[in-house]
Amino acid sequence: MDESLALFIEIVPTLLAAVPVTLILTFLSAIIGNTLALPVAVGSLSPHFYLRYPSLFYIFVMRGTPLLAQTYLIYYGLGEFFPGTWVQKSFLWPYLRDGFWYAIFAFSLNTAGYTGEILRGAIMAVPKGEIEAARAFGFSSALIFWRVTLPRAIQICLPTMTGETILLLKATSLASLITVWEVMGTARQIQKVTFRVYEPLIAAGILYILMVFVLTRLMMIVERRINRHRLAPA
Amino acid sequence: MFKSIIKSAVVVASLALATSAIAKDKIRVGISPEAYPPFTSLNAKNQWEGFEIDLLAALCKQMDADCKIVSIAWDGLIPALNGKKIDMIFNSMSITDERKKVIDFSDKYYNSPAEIIGTKDAPNVTVVDNPDGKGGKIANPADLKGKTIGVQTATIHADYAAKYFKDATVKVYDTADNHNADLVAGRIDYALLDSVAADDFVKANAAKGIGAKLIVPADPIFGVGAGAGLRKNDTKLKDKINAAIKAVRASGEYDAIAKKYFTFNIYGD
Repeated sequence: MDESLALFIEIVPTLLAAVPVTLILTFLSAIIGNTLALPVAVGSLSPHFYLRYPSLFYIFVMRGTPLLAQTYLIYYGLGEFFPGTWVQKSFLWPYLRDGFWYAIFAFSLNTAGYTGEILRGAIMAVPKGEIEAARAFGFSSALIFWRVTLPRAIQICLPTMTGETILLLKATSLASLITVWEVMGTARQIQKVTFRVYEPLIAAGILYILMVFVLTRLMMIVERRINRHRLAPA
Repeated sequence: MFKSIIKSAVVVASLALATSAIAKDKIRVGISPEAYPPFTSLNAKNQWEGFEIDLLAALCKQMDADCKIVSIAWDGLIPALNGKKIDMIFNSMSITDERKKVIDFSDKYYNSPAEIIGTKDAPNVTVVDNPDGKGGKIANPADLKGKTIGVQTATIHADYAAKYFKDATVKVYDTADNHNADLVAGRIDYALLDSVAADDFVKANAAKGIGAKLIVPADPIFGVGAGAGLRKNDTKLKDKINAAIKAVRASGEYDAIAKKYFTFNIYGD
């Protein structure tokens, strides 16, 4: 037991050092992915088949294939095209040889697929009466979308999106596959070096719980703020 | 007539008793399913093959033991051994001091040097005296200054790169396959890995400009070679496997197996 505790204390700083990597991966991917989700959702609701089908297909593929496969294909698959091309001489190469940007890319695309579908459902769930009321006031379609439909849809799906972000936070553990050593990957590295199975996993688990706790607290504040008009006056 | 029937029945019964009394030892051998040709890999028919598989068969025959291969992921091998799910690891595991803290090892059964391979644009790497002044040689860190070099996590190669290549960017990969893929993609300039694995990879990718850059001189970090991993108190099996290794070395059986896979002396000196 003492030995476990000693190891625990020894590995926590190493794992803590990887926490920023996990957080940056999560937040950047969440921001980019959720932004991309908007055109995906709107596209999937479009009356035009050439917008609707590609969007639905995108959601289908992103939700239908493992994130592990997506990450691997994006990093190692794209890598197959680079040898001997101008890309390796370009100013972009320092970024293109770094796994970090591929991880952001893969996680963002994946998130856009999942939240795109959630947002689609939320947009459909906006009460028709509110849209009709806006129309009665003479709002244009675009104005109705930006001022009524979208804000209401975000209110509706925000709790689900918080859940998605938590899933994303844990999904970032796949980044170690492409040389980005976040918390879980670092824990597995420690496992291999120390030959201890449980201590690194438990330590990583505790760190994830703390990160998720902070994340849910933050999102709770955002939810309260966005829905403040519906709360009882304090 | 009747007597002879009884007699033979007695003979059969005693034979059966005798064989059960000297029932073969059962040894569960842990090998990870991650392909490591030409040492261990599963073929298309899901059968094990490779140098270590053949050598294991010869050793088990020598020990008159019934060996059963259990497939366990690399990370799980040592925990499985200490958890008594297996009795022996036979998976190119390098004998290191770190590992010796938790498990025991047989004598080495092979020792291949480490090798640096690189892309078409990467120059050869030279050798310099080890700055520790003990007379050893190392791969010249000056040649790798500013370069990116790939290694697999938790290997002697990762340890070596971390110790000597301080002016290089050492990129750590989860598997050797992945740093090899990135070497072909040109994301890294060099990779440091076992010479046997390097040999195969260079042969397969020579057309893409991948080439051998240096056979790295022996170093204490690399250890004495690969041995069978054993539980710390299992001296009985340790004595048996060491005797078996000696016997197949002496009988020439080892060399006959090695010749099937390697052009060089895989046992080392």
